[in-house]
Amino acid sequence: MALTPEEVARLAGLARIQLTEQECAELAPELDVILTSVHQVAEVAGPDVPLMTHAMPLVNVTREDVVRRSLTPAEALSGAPAVEEGRFRVPQILSED
Amino acid sequence: MNDEILDFDEVLESYEPALGLEVHVELNTASKMFCGCSTAFGDEPNSNTCPVCLGLPGALPVVNRKAVESAIRIGLALNCQIAPWGRFARKNYFYPDMTKNFQTSQYDEPIAHDGWVEIDVEGETFRVEIERAHMEEDAGKLTHAGSSGRIHGAEYSLIDYNRAGTPLIEIVSRPVLGAGAKAPAVARAYVAHLREMMRALDVSDVRMEQGSLRCDANLSLAPIGSTTLGTRTETKNVNSLRSVERAVTFEMRRQAAVLAGGGSVVQETRHFDEATGTTRSGRPKSDADDYRYFAEPDLVPVAPSAQWVEELRATLPEPPAERRRRLASEWGFDEIAMTTLVNLGALGLVEDTVAAGASPQAARKWWGTELARRSNEAGIGVDELTITPAQVAEVQRMVDEGKLTDKLARQVFDGVLAGEGDPAEVVASRGLEVVSDDGALAAAVDDVIAANPDVADKIRDGKHQAAGALIGQVMKAMRGSADAARVRELIMERLA
Amino acid sequence: MSDAHLLTRPAHELGALLTSGEVGAAELTQLHLDQIEALNPTLNAFLHVDADGAMETARSIDAARASGAELGPLAGVPIAVKDNFCTLGQPTTCGSRMLEDWVPPYDATVVTRLRAAGLVILGKTNMDEFAMGSSTETSAFGPTRNPWDTDRIPGGSGGGSSAAVAAFMAPLAVGSDTGGSIRQPGSVTGTVGVKPTYGGVSRYGVVAMASSLDQPGPVTRTTLDAALLHEVMGGHDPHDSTSIAQPLPALSEAARRGDVAGMRVGVVKEFGGEGFEADVEARFHEAVELLRGAGAEVVEVSCPNFLYALSAYYLIMPSELSSNLARFDAMRYGLRVGDDGTRGVEEVMSMTRGEGFGREAKRRLIIGTYALSSGYQDQYYGSAQKVRTLVARDFEAAFAQCDVLVSPTTPTVAFRIGERMSDPMSMYKADLCTIPSNLAGNASASFPVGLSSDGLPVGIQVIAPPMADDRLYRVGGFLEATLEKQWDGPILDRMVPLAGTKVVAR
Repeated sequence: MALTPEEVARLAGLARIQLTEQECAELAPELDVILTSVHQVAEVAGPDVPLMTHAMPLVNVTREDVVRRSLTPAEALSGAPAVEEGRFRVPQILSED
Repeated sequence: MNDEILDFDEVLESYEPALGLEVHVELNTASKMFCGCSTAFGDEPNSNTCPVCLGLPGALPVVNRKAVESAIRIGLALNCQIAPWGRFARKNYFYPDMTKNFQTSQYDEPIAHDGWVEIDVEGETFRVEIERAHMEEDAGKLTHAGSSGRIHGAEYSLIDYNRAGTPLIEIVSRPVLGAGAKAPAVARAYVAHLREMMRALDVSDVRMEQGSLRCDANLSLAPIGSTTLGTRTETKNVNSLRSVERAVTFEMRRQAAVLAGGGSVVQETRHFDEATGTTRSGRPKSDADDYRYFAEPDLVPVAPSAQWVEELRATLPEPPAERRRRLASEWGFDEIAMTTLVNLGALGLVEDTVAAGASPQAARKWWGTELARRSNEAGIGVDELTITPAQVAEVQRMVDEGKLTDKLARQVFDGVLAGEGDPAEVVASRGLEVVSDDGALAAAVDDVIAANPDVADKIRDGKHQAAGALIGQVMKAMRGSADAARVRELIMERLA
Repeated sequence: MSDAHLLTRPAHELGALLTSGEVGAAELTQLHLDQIEALNPTLNAFLHVDADGAMETARSIDAARASGAELGPLAGVPIAVKDNFCTLGQPTTCGSRMLEDWVPPYDATVVTRLRAAGLVILGKTNMDEFAMGSSTETSAFGPTRNPWDTDRIPGGSGGGSSAAVAAFMAPLAVGSDTGGSIRQPGSVTGTVGVKPTYGGVSRYGVVAMASSLDQPGPVTRTTLDAALLHEVMGGHDPHDSTSIAQPLPALSEAARRGDVAGMRVGVVKEFGGEGFEADVEARFHEAVELLRGAGAEVVEVSCPNFLYALSAYYLIMPSELSSNLARFDAMRYGLRVGDDGTRGVEEVMSMTRGEGFGREAKRRLIIGTYALSSGYQDQYYGSAQKVRTLVARDFEAAFAQCDVLVSPTTPTVAFRIGERMSDPMSMYKADLCTIPSNLAGNASASFPVGLSSDGLPVGIQVIAPPMADDRLYRVGGFLEATLEKQWDGPILDRMVPLAGTKVVAR
């Protein structure tokens, strides 16, 4: 199950990280070592063991439906790389959702 | 590139459609799903945002209890099971209208599952199975800048995140089979039914033109007699009842042409074009559809107790079928009249108009013909017209009082829909009022009292509510051209 | 009292001096700013120093005190804040190019509480990029150095906070611990680091690494200081859904009590032997003997699934992280690369993330993406979350017979800068003993227990059940009082003074 540079490139695409071919080639064996050493988890627990997705077993934590103060538009936009007409300006979107 | 299409009748000769609908309902909570920002529509861009809905580093979500309650009530109204324990999940994909690049949603533990609704289409009842209804959040709003104003050819885009984080309920149906030629009408009737239901539950504004009710229509065709479903497409942006019907019709004809030509349907997202009534290819299924769902660690599970669910069940309006039966008998309408109103999405409007004082016949007349025609012309739902049931009732009252004729009433509707104000303002500004005559009215009141001595005695004994029957007869005698309040005054003066 | 001695006083003593009026907050703050100015060029513990803001706060505290206001026990005491806590008016970079110069429009709940308690925020401390590391070497702004030996790492990810406290640049600091990022730095710098019960301190405004594991906590020089700071930071926060809606146990009382008689102490059998330095094991066992000598009942317990905790952690953490870090996409804040009018949004996002994240971040983002992806999720993420259940069951069984568990905090003393950077697995093993508590949500702390033969600090890890954080402070309070008697002073007295330090040896 060795991780190939092509597989790294595919995953980087899913994670939206541009990598050079050289980076993919370097990362593949590094990640493979990590995956190989952590792969033992697959053999530890049987099918009857539940997943523990939360550290504490809390349930039903909710808030009242009450409007609280928002940021001002200026605060909301304060860190934006580009702003126009009170909105976040972003490069052209080539694919539809 | 224009798609080949087949005649609708030809489609049905060879293929059986399978219809699936995903309906997104924006809840009418005051605040967002996971933060205290207002959900108001149309405010200054990015003025209803905070660290949570902007997805700022470090911000954490907290669930809006009313949104959970609305989700449970919707689930119950859809005859669903309510999950006694369920987690939120993250749906991971990159898109600039999503501030965290994951949508907080529910995956394999939806709050409601396995329900059904029944809808009537042209005298036939269809049962639509509901697979699930789950909670999630809306995204921000993109504006594409550049020559076209559309996504293609735009030079850049602008984002307003006021809508980001608005609570949504996604209702997913199971495939509806066997609708045949009625598939487009079933799709429309189903969405109309849900809209009526959401309105009765008072959980959403359900305004399709504002996007508070949105529909994606899945459609596939299989050769008649086949036991497997064909490849389906998902058509997005189907944002009026009429569009639902048109989009399904078009996809049936397009897919049939592809199949008949020996091709195969591509599994893809398609977009409905309101102007042409056609769908066009969006993006195919791809690697980007690996959403890597996992349980949302920042939110704890929702575990509604049986008691909480029962308390919410007690707040449900009567079931749609019962309500329809009751209203039909109260109003004296036949099955066809009722079905027409339901599929028009006007049942609640008629009910509200009657509650505001109009007779059922008058309410049905205006909504079912006059206003339906106008909404059809405008390509929007009848509920999306800018006139309220109270305003319709007011117009009818003026007709009843003889201040307006039906012809004048139509002009008043024109004015109200044109934004000229309330009916009274339109009547005044356009000079539409009919003159009334107290002498003829007094004579009619005397005639009716003379003809109903028993009722008159009751009123003399103090049972003032009995006056209603006399008022009705006077109004009838005056052919509606009398002022009901004045009629009441005259009756009470005589029977004091 | 001389200035030099003020710098080395524990925070609770400084609080008392401030309350009695013997020292002013402005004076104390200036002393610390001077020490930062003297040592930060060597140590690189602070990424940002807010001298003006700190002095302004200090003067307002002095004014409030002069007007007779009732102030908390730590009012006027300076504090350093790890750079992943959002702070109004100060950059919050998380040690990443991605957030270079980003100033949040809001305060983390912990920061709000520090301000409300009158603490004086000196600045923001260095960290591994987005807390991904055990050495502070993955910071985009250069490594922090260990004041005990500047060729060595100060631990990580919170090496800036631990170094700042150890080098008397701040009497207090706050950190965050996802797999050991408070405790391991504490261990290798001879300081106290506490990871509270998950949900005991609000995560709101702390830039997330792995949401189900992250927990903010105190970084200090003494046990009582940690307890007092924990009391300021902690308690229920309605902005964090995972925050526990119960009052904290009496922490400072437990630290003052420092009594372990009758306490049942479990030594975790799995954490020793191969991979553990002899000096680390020796100091650890000496500390255990002190506990036994004071009337604690010491038993050995086995937690077999702890051996799989590291592997489970290195799947769960990157999975959550890959989702949490997706928001750094060049759209709303932070770095944007390649927006020249010709490139589409997808390419700008990818270029920005390619340039903005360092090598370790990329490794973990890709591992996490893989572990969650279709076809692999059950095998990796799913299996890891099952192991987590088994780790939690081991804890339950152990706490059925023990009040606390103990182990070395980390298998080795501070390693040399650069030594493990090219070998991710060796770096990950620094968190071997600390990870189980993050997986199961337990309270856990590291306290200094002595030096190795080459003069580097060793820490003991104490683990308590959820919501029993007070037990950590009882053990820590006892060990500190006993060991300081043995050593005739705090462990930090034995550090070779750094060139330029304003601290004078006693």
